[in-house]
Amino acid sequence: MNSAGNNPPPRAGRALPRASSALPWALVTPALGWTLLFFVLPFIAMGFSSLTAHEGGGFTLSNYSQFFTNPSYWQAMVNSLQVTAIVTVISVLLAYPFAWILAEQVPERWQRLALMLAVLPFWTSYVVRSYSWLLVLAQNGVINRALTGSGLFAEPLQLANTRFATVTGFVHFFVMLLTLTIFANLKQLSPSYRKAAADLGAGPVRTFLHVVLPLTLPGIMVGAFLTFVLCIGDYITPQILGGNNELLMPQLVMMQIGRRGDFPLASALSIILMAVVTIAYFACARWLKIERA
Amino acid sequence: MRQLVRIASWLYAVLIYGFIFLPVVVLVLFSLQATSFPIPPFTGPSLRWYDAVLSDTRLTSALVNSLLVASISSLAAVTLGFLSAWGFARFVLPGSGLLRGLITLPLTVSYLIIGMGLLVLFNWAGVPKSLLAAGIGHVVINLPLCFAIIYSQMGDHQINIERAARDLGAPEWKVLLLITVPVMTPAIFAGFFLSMTFSWDEFVISFLLTRFDTTLPVEIWNLLRSGLNPKTNAVGSLVFAVSIVLVVFFELTLLRRKPA
Amino acid sequence: MSAPLVDISSVSHRFGQHTVLKDVSLRIEPGSYTILLGPSGSGKTTLLSILGGFVTPSEGKVFIRGEDCTSVPPAKRPTTTVFQDYALFPHMSVGGNVGFGLRMQGVDGATRAAKAREALALVGLAAAFDKKPHQLSGGQRQRVALARALVIEPAVLLLDEPLGALDLKLRRQMQDELKAIQKRVGTAFIHVTHDQEEAMALADHCVVMNDGRIEDEGPPERVYARPATRFSATFMGESTILAGTVTEAKDRTSIVATPVGPVSLPVALPVGSTVELAIRPEHLVLGETSGDVRLGTAEVSDVVFQGSFKRVLAVSAQVPSLHFIARLPATATVQPGDTVAISCHTDQIILLTD
Repeated sequence: MNSAGNNPPPRAGRALPRASSALPWALVTPALGWTLLFFVLPFIAMGFSSLTAHEGGGFTLSNYSQFFTNPSYWQAMVNSLQVTAIVTVISVLLAYPFAWILAEQVPERWQRLALMLAVLPFWTSYVVRSYSWLLVLAQNGVINRALTGSGLFAEPLQLANTRFATVTGFVHFFVMLLTLTIFANLKQLSPSYRKAAADLGAGPVRTFLHVVLPLTLPGIMVGAFLTFVLCIGDYITPQILGGNNELLMPQLVMMQIGRRGDFPLASALSIILMAVVTIAYFACARWLKIERA
Repeated sequence: MRQLVRIASWLYAVLIYGFIFLPVVVLVLFSLQATSFPIPPFTGPSLRWYDAVLSDTRLTSALVNSLLVASISSLAAVTLGFLSAWGFARFVLPGSGLLRGLITLPLTVSYLIIGMGLLVLFNWAGVPKSLLAAGIGHVVINLPLCFAIIYSQMGDHQINIERAARDLGAPEWKVLLLITVPVMTPAIFAGFFLSMTFSWDEFVISFLLTRFDTTLPVEIWNLLRSGLNPKTNAVGSLVFAVSIVLVVFFELTLLRRKPA
Repeated sequence: MSAPLVDISSVSHRFGQHTVLKDVSLRIEPGSYTILLGPSGSGKTTLLSILGGFVTPSEGKVFIRGEDCTSVPPAKRPTTTVFQDYALFPHMSVGGNVGFGLRMQGVDGATRAAKAREALALVGLAAAFDKKPHQLSGGQRQRVALARALVIEPAVLLLDEPLGALDLKLRRQMQDELKAIQKRVGTAFIHVTHDQEEAMALADHCVVMNDGRIEDEGPPERVYARPATRFSATFMGESTILAGTVTEAKDRTSIVATPVGPVSLPVALPVGSTVELAIRPEHLVLGETSGDVRLGTAEVSDVVFQGSFKRVLAVSAQVPSLHFIARLPATATVQPGDTVAISCHTDQIILLTD
């Protein structure tokens, strides 16, 4: 039996280069390695750390149980969730009409500039932005001078170092972020939807309620979720604007490292914070699916 | 009715613009304050606080550190991101979806937690706090961003362009240098400048992972302990200005992508 | 007969569980214009990718100029591909694009530019040398892609639905130019399309594909006049299809019983076998001046004016499931609702035995 007819000897240099099977791995391994080494491994380290006792090492669950038994820790989570919820709702409510005005009322040729201006301060660092709000809200800052100067109030208001200040600082940032995402959503909407709705007899209000709003809702959800994630994990804004009167989770985490060097507790609190975000993500993902169906 | 909507729209837009720009205007205005407190009344204009910033070696060296960390970490992030995006877009790899998910995973985790994890790991491994450690953290947060941007731009059309080049006799490395990199330039630039801005502004990771030599946001944080101070305004305004320059670059690279 | 330029021998291909090519064999002669015609999913594009070297077949061999090229990468085989989306390099000038293949061969800049200009002149775009691809129209980009592929003088040029992205008028115009260019350069073209008019206009050799198999192949005139299979009869032009059973066979004549009556055919067929008869629209006769084969009467359901002719759809009065498709002169006065006698001529009936 002559098998040569079926299997001619492979010709060197003509078949696909052998490197072609190693090449793709050579391309993706550095990025994967980096992620494993500096993202996944730290996570594992944090997990181990959260299960060791601060004093003397050894396995313990006390770092987690503390969170549930110490009311001030528990309160920090409640505060975080409250602030995040308030910020998300206010930001969406403020940003949606603004994005709508930019997309619908501003002439086409000015839109890019208008949007770029609207999100310019978005690109300043957290620290500088929060400090700027402190200037505005301080005891003798711009707002209080304006209020007392105009005779509306005799005494300056306590604006800085309050939850109000924290929420204001956050809302400032997230209004810009949400304006960006909602604007993009509104622009992606084909004008023929609106034309079709108008053609079928819907007025501007009903077109908005029945066509525009439902079609942009998934985009709003994504923006709102992003707001939630970024807001609940931010340390700077509450630290600078809210002060230490009311602790949020990130402040609590940083406090463990700063004052006491208690890495295990800080790790446990970080993991709990992550878990809350993950739960929110799955809740959100499910809700988004229902929306689409 | 239409007129009413228009007027209400204008009013609302002006209010929101006012809200957005109020802190920035106050920041920049009182950086020009002549006296020692950045609060009304305005006593300037004067550049004395910018002088103070530029003669403060802690701030100027932090500024240099920030630029170094931002540019080197962004370069690393965009290189790793580009190579992996190319690998995933061009070749069929087992578990590709899962691996791509792994690379983009850090996007969903807050900087604080990424910083905490690295702090615990480096502490355990005996890696000292340094700018290098902070730079590693910045690559962790920017790599998924660069990957996502570049990967999303490697569509079927780009794949066909590379096929055409191979078909015409180009070896793999020439395809990469003559076709892929030039065609992907806008996305690569976008990834790089976005990384630059994020790294330049990043606080919490740098705060956790550096000690003596540190980045500008951390140094500004240190300044805040002395309360409200026009010097902080001045350095904040400078940071803002650099961010704007980066954003304008970023916008230009995005605009350049349009005609292609 | 000389050796074929391309010899595809028993090629099968699977994507995972899905078999897209089933034991396909095909020979292509030098200098010919071959069209692979078929609906989407018929395997024609996969076959082209296998020829171009972008896909290695699961089974079978591909010989080009007598050499086994089955697993030779695209760069090393004497084929070039014109992609459906043209795949022009957006960052290079038109001249840079056309000269790219020569640059990869190490040809010096001056020769490269000269040859590129020559190739651009061939496709009628001599003036576009310094332009960027995005400054060109769709038809012009198509020509640049063609010039880029031709300049390295391949033995076979592969075209993947090259006219698919163009509007109808431009498509017909480019069609004529493609044919003219092919005749001028003498390179074998293999062209994939789902447009049967394009196939008939361009092909020397037409290959009709369906469901991973070659249904029919040959000169387009033959494929149209005498399609080998029912698929071929309905995909390459329209046909009215009559199913029937052979009831009688005398030497050289068979009687086929169809729902609309017996049809006598001048061929010998085994008694009891089932056959299908296809009749092209232009061969159906409506009304009094009847042909020699009567097909009953039918009610006209639709008359579509198409410029130079009228396309008439009619439902058989005897068999309501039977739909006749006829083509009448533009001056015909037939109206929907009319009942007409239908007939045809024996020699224009196409016998399908598959």
